[in-house]
Amino acid sequence: MRNTKNIFENFDFVTFGLYLFLVLFGWLNIYAAVYNEEHKSIFDLTQSYGKQMLWIASSLFLAVVVLAFDGKFFSTFAYVIYILAIIILIAVMFVGVEINASRSWFQIGEFRIQPAEFAKFATALTLSKYMSNLNIRIQELKTKFVAGFIILLPVLIILLQNDTGSALVYFSLIFVLYREGLSGNWLIIGLMLVTLFVLTLIINQFILIGAIAVICLIFFYFIRKRRKEITQLIMVFIIAASFILVVDYIYNKVLQPHQKERIDVLLGNEVDLKGAGYNLNQSKIAIGSGGFFGKGFLQGTQTKFNFVPEQSTDFIFCTIGEEWGFLGSTVVICIFIFLLIRLVNMAERQRSAFSRLYGYCVVSIIFFHFLVNIGMTLGLLPVIGIPLPFFSYGGSSLWSFTLLLFIFIKLDAYRMQLL
Amino acid sequence: MQNTFNERRFVIKIMFLVVGAIFILRLFFIQIIETKYKFSADNNVLRYTTEYPLRGLIYDRNGELLVINEASYDLMIIPRQVKAFDTLEFCTLLDIEREAFDKKFDAAKRYSTYKASVFEKQISKETYAVFQEKMFHFPGFYVQPRTLRKYPRPIAAQCLGYISEVTQAMIDEDSYYKSGDYIGVSGIEKSYEDILRGKKGLKIKLVDVHNREKGSYKDGIFDTVPVPGKNLYTTIDAELQAYGELLMTNKKGGIVAIEPETGEILALISAPNYDPNLLVGRVRSRNFSALYLDENIPLFNRALMGQYPPGSTFKMINALIGLNEGVITPQSRIGCSLGYHVGGLTVRCHPHPSPCDVVSSIQYSCNAFYCSVFRSIIDNKKKYRTVRAGFNMWRSYLESFGLGLRLETDLPNVGRGNIPTDAYYDRLHGRNRWNSVSIISLSIGQGELGITPLQMANVTSIMANRGYYIVPHIVKAVGHPSNQLKKFTVRNNTKIDSRHFTYVIEGMHQVVEAGTARNAKIDSIAVCGKTGTVQNPHGKNHSTFLAFAPMNSPKIAITVFVENAGYGSTYAAPIASLMIEKYLKREVQRKELETQIINTNLMQSR
Repeated sequence: MRNTKNIFENFDFVTFGLYLFLVLFGWLNIYAAVYNEEHKSIFDLTQSYGKQMLWIASSLFLAVVVLAFDGKFFSTFAYVIYILAIIILIAVMFVGVEINASRSWFQIGEFRIQPAEFAKFATALTLSKYMSNLNIRIQELKTKFVAGFIILLPVLIILLQNDTGSALVYFSLIFVLYREGLSGNWLIIGLMLVTLFVLTLIINQFILIGAIAVICLIFFYFIRKRRKEITQLIMVFIIAASFILVVDYIYNKVLQPHQKERIDVLLGNEVDLKGAGYNLNQSKIAIGSGGFFGKGFLQGTQTKFNFVPEQSTDFIFCTIGEEWGFLGSTVVICIFIFLLIRLVNMAERQRSAFSRLYGYCVVSIIFFHFLVNIGMTLGLLPVIGIPLPFFSYGGSSLWSFTLLLFIFIKLDAYRMQLL
Repeated sequence: MQNTFNERRFVIKIMFLVVGAIFILRLFFIQIIETKYKFSADNNVLRYTTEYPLRGLIYDRNGELLVINEASYDLMIIPRQVKAFDTLEFCTLLDIEREAFDKKFDAAKRYSTYKASVFEKQISKETYAVFQEKMFHFPGFYVQPRTLRKYPRPIAAQCLGYISEVTQAMIDEDSYYKSGDYIGVSGIEKSYEDILRGKKGLKIKLVDVHNREKGSYKDGIFDTVPVPGKNLYTTIDAELQAYGELLMTNKKGGIVAIEPETGEILALISAPNYDPNLLVGRVRSRNFSALYLDENIPLFNRALMGQYPPGSTFKMINALIGLNEGVITPQSRIGCSLGYHVGGLTVRCHPHPSPCDVVSSIQYSCNAFYCSVFRSIIDNKKKYRTVRAGFNMWRSYLESFGLGLRLETDLPNVGRGNIPTDAYYDRLHGRNRWNSVSIISLSIGQGELGITPLQMANVTSIMANRGYYIVPHIVKAVGHPSNQLKKFTVRNNTKIDSRHFTYVIEGMHQVVEAGTARNAKIDSIAVCGKTGTVQNPHGKNHSTFLAFAPMNSPKIAITVFVENAGYGSTYAAPIASLMIEKYLKREVQRKELETQIINTNLMQSR
C-alpha cells in the first residue's frame, strides 16, 4: 500500500476551519464568562481561560498525532480500543473521584479526566467496524441485538457512575443505524415514547391511558374488518399503557429528587426560581438580555457576575447569547448546522462502509450534544449536564471531540488511497 | 448495497435544519420579542444607591453652630439575596429582639424581595464598627451611610424643629421623596426644607451574584453627585436663647425677643422645652411618644401658637388709637375712683394717684382711664355713626399692629391669634344689641382677645420703632452669612402717627422707673416696659410683661408670658429684665434675682 507523503494530503480544510472557529470562539467566550479583573490576560494560566488555551494547544497536537496514524489503524484496532475503554470505564468506578455525585473522573494531579468522554469514539469505532462487515444487515434481529449491545454496554456502566447526561449521548447512535437501514418506525416509536413519557408526567396516567384507548377505538372502527391489524392495534395499546405505568412508577419511585426537579422545571410543574429552576431562569435572563446585537465582548453582566451557574462549561451558550446577541447566537447555530451537514456529506463520499459509518457516528454524537446543550440553555429541554462541543471549558471534552472529529478527518483524507 | 439507504441522508439533514430553525426561533422570541428578561437582568445586576447629601447646618447670629450632622448608618436588606445566617449573632450585634427581627424581615419581604429596603435605621458609629467586620456573614445586607442631626447645645428645640421619615402622603405629594427619606416636619427644618435638604445623588453600581460590588454601570455616566444642602444663618442668639430657657426652668409660657430695627428674632422660647437630641436616631420614636403624651405639651410651641389675652400690656395700643383718633390729647386727664363705673357695671382698679394722663395711666396701669378712652373711640359719634363702624375702625388699627392675622414669618405653624369681629358680637349678643359697654373688657386687654407671644413681641417692637415693624423672622442668610434674605426688609407702618409714641414710651419708661415694674429696672439701661396680669378663668392668672431697651436706641424688644404665675410684675417682668441685661451686657449682675427666678417652680400648682 502507498504511504502518504504528507499528512495534510486530501485534508479537509473546510471542516478544520469550522473546528478552529468553534474552538477559538469558545475560548473567547470562556474568557468573557469567567473574566476576572485581577487576571486580565487571556493567557493567564491560573484562570480557566488560560487553561483552556493549553487544552486547545494540546488538542491541536492530538489532531496532528491522529493524522500521522496509518489510515487503517483505527479500523484494525477498533475492538481493542473498545475493550480498553470498557475496562477503564469500569476501573473509574473503583479508583475515580466523585464530582457532583458522579463517580466518573480520574484525578491526576491538578487535572481530571472523564473516561466516559473517550468511550464515545471507542464505541463509535466498534459500532462502525461491526456494522461494516459485509454480511451484516441491520434488518436482522441478531444484528440489532449485537449493535444494541455495543451501544448499551458503555451506557450501562456510565449510568452506574450516576452520569445520566453522558449515558444519554450514546442513544444518538440510533441515527447511524437508521442511515444503515433501520426501519424509520424505530425513530417514530422512539419519538412517540418520548412524547408519551412527557405526557405521563404532565397528565394523570389513567386519563392518559383512557385517551389512548379512545384513539385506539377510533382506529378500530376503520380497520375492524382486518383481523391482523386489530391484533397489532391491541398490542400497541398494551405497550403504550404499560409504558405509561412504568414511567409513572419510575418517575415517582426510582428517580432521584434532583432528576425529578429538572424534569419538573422543564415541564413548568415547578416555579421555584431560587431552587431547581434557578439555572434555567438565569440562563434565559442572560440570553434574553442580549437583545439583537448583544452587550458586546466582556460586557455581559449576567454571566460575568456569576448569575448563571456552570457558565464556562454547560451554560457557555448563555455568554454567547448575552454578549453577542441574537446575531452571534444565530451565527454559532448556523456554523454548527453547517458543520453537521458538511460531515454528512463527507460521510456519504466515503468509499468504505467503515468510514461512512464512523462519519455518521461523529455527526450523531455532535448533533446530540448540540441539541441537548442548547435546547437546555434555551429552556426547551431538561437541564442535562452535557457540554457544547468545542465550546465548553474542559480538557476531557475538548480532547474527546477533537479525537472523534480528527479520526474522521483522517479517514476522509485516507479515502483516496482505498480502491 | 451500502448505498441503498443513502436517500436517508436528506432526512437527517432536514432534521438538523429543523432543529437549527427551532433554536433560532426560540432565540428570536427570548432575545427580541420578550422584554421581561432584560428587566430581570437589570434587577439582577444593577444596584441603585441613593447618595444622600449632607443636610445644611444651622448657625446662630454669632456664628455658633446650633445644628450639625453626625454620621450614622442605615442597615439595608435585599431579601432575595439573603442566605442562611446566624440570626442570634445578628440580633446580638444589632441589639434587637428575635421577634423584632422576624417582623422586620417579613416587612422587608412584603415590600419587595429584590429591592432594597431599610432593615434597621440609624445605627450608631460604634455598632456599625463592630457589625461591619462581620458583615460578610450576612449576604443580602448592606449599610448605607446617612447623617443624623445633632445639637451641640440642647436649646431652641421647638424653633429648630426636627426631621423624620417621610410618610406615604408626603411621598404622594412630592415625588422627590422616596420611602425612608427624611424631611423636616417642624420648625426651621420644615420651613427651610428645600434649602437644607440639598439634592440627592444616584449611583448605579454593578453587583455580582454574591452581591459584591463590581464597579459602576457604564463608567458612571448615569450617576449624579449629591449636592449638599445650604447652611442657614439664623437670627437666634444662642447665649440669650439658652439663658431664657434656663430662666423658664419649671415654668410654662413663652418668650420672644426681637431686634426691633430688623425684625430679627433673637430668642424664641417655649417652656417647658426638651433636648432636641432626644428626637434623633433610634431613640426618637420612644422619646417622641413620651413628649407627645406629656400633659404640659412640650412639643407645642407656645411662643408661636399659644394664645393669651394680653392683659394690661394692651393698654398702650388703646392709648395710641385714642391719641391718633383725637379722642384724647396727651394732656387729657381722667379720674379713677377704684374703678370705672357705668350703669350697674364696675371695672375695678387698684389704688393709685388720680387723675391720670396718658403717661401716668400707663405707669400705674389705670383701668378706668382705658375704659373711658376705649368708649370714646368706639362711640365717637362725630366720626362714626354706629358702634359697629367705630368698632371696625378700632379693629383695623389692631390689624395694622399685626394682631388677629398671621404674621408672614419664616416659621411654620404660626398662630394668628384672635381679635373678635362685629359678626362675633352679633352672634353673641344679637344683631346691633351690643355697644361699647358690652365689649368694655377689650379696653384693658381681657375678654375674647387672643394674642400670641410672637405677635406681642412684634407690638413691642412697634413701640420701640415708634410706629412700624419688619416681619419677625428667624433666618437672615442662606448659604453664606453675606447672602442676606431680601424678603424681610419691608417696613410695615401702623396706622398710628409716629409722634404719638413719645407719650406711650415715656409711660412705659415710668412703669420701670416708678410704676408697676420697678423690679425690671437695670442700672445704666433705660428700660421701657409694661406689665400685664391676665385673668385666667381656668386657674391662677398669667403673668406677662413686654419691654424694650435702651429707650432711645432700642436693641431688643421682648415679650414674656408665664402661665399661672400671678401678677405681671412678679415673674414676667424680672425675667424680661434679666433677658435684656443678658443681651445688652452679655453678663448678668443681679445673681440673686437670677437664682431666685431659676429656682421658682410654677409647674406643680395648677
